[in-house]
Amino acid sequence: MALQDKYKNLIDEATRSEVRGLQVREQNGVLYVDGTAPNGAVKDQLWNTYNQIDPNFAGGDLVLDIKTAMDATVTKVKVNTKSSNLNIRKGPGTDQPVVGKAAHGEVITLVSRSNEQWWQVRTKDGEEGYAYAEYLAAED
Amino acid sequence: MPIIILAATLSITGCKEKDSTVKTRVEEKLQANQETAGTMVAVDAGVATLTGQVSTDNGKMESENIARGTKGVKSVVNNITVTAPVAPVTITADDPLTTSLRDATKDHPTVNASVLNGTVTLTGTISKADNLILMKKISALNPGKIDNQLTIK
Repeated sequence: MALQDKYKNLIDEATRSEVRGLQVREQNGVLYVDGTAPNGAVKDQLWNTYNQIDPNFAGGDLVLDIKTAMDATVTKVKVNTKSSNLNIRKGPGTDQPVVGKAAHGEVITLVSRSNEQWWQVRTKDGEEGYAYAEYLAAED
Repeated sequence: MPIIILAATLSITGCKEKDSTVKTRVEEKLQANQETAGTMVAVDAGVATLTGQVSTDNGKMESENIARGTKGVKSVVNNITVTAPVAPVTITADDPLTTSLRDATKDHPTVNASVLNGTVTLTGTISKADNLILMKKISALNPGKIDNQLTIK
């Protein structure tokens, strides 16, 4: 219960910003907050709030797993790496050989999201493979 | 005057005893049923007020039926809350967690990451901005806990 008090602002904010399927569970001294944010801005805001309550995430008492809602009709994603190219690999994992690259800011085709961390994509050159989902954002 | 007070005291005492007997009777029946065991009962002048938490609608209704069918209960106030059963948190096993952690930390060469019993331990150095990015990535892997010991440079 104490953890829910500590992260009360975060939980309230998630409720207010209509995070779907919001679950707040405490287990073995760790608070788990899961749900799907309506957009990326809400997810970023929740992470900022987390950072304010627990500076630099040093507390080790929260696992915040907020996904971003994505329309099933989305077929284009933008590469949002910091500046570097995004590796496209033969399979889902960094142990897989690189089969292609997509530039920072480039919009590529989304083929499948069957793997949560590694999305299947196709570049404009027609190279198909897997890229790390955290570096891809839905494009309208 | 003293007689009236005495009479009133007697009647309250008499009523209380009867209520407590009824309360015990209802409680015993509620406890015997797993679905209604979370229900608490208070009895006042034959009125049984039910509170507490059960996990099913049926448990709520059944508690009311049990109270209503108990000798000495005149009426029932049902204030029971039905709580959705809470599923335990799913935590990724160490082996797949180690594999996905390797992917997540690949772009952060100054970070050491290890996994033990679902706990991800991060040591080394990182920038403030990258710390946020890394935490987002690791939190999506369903770890049991993230022990972030990184030095922010």
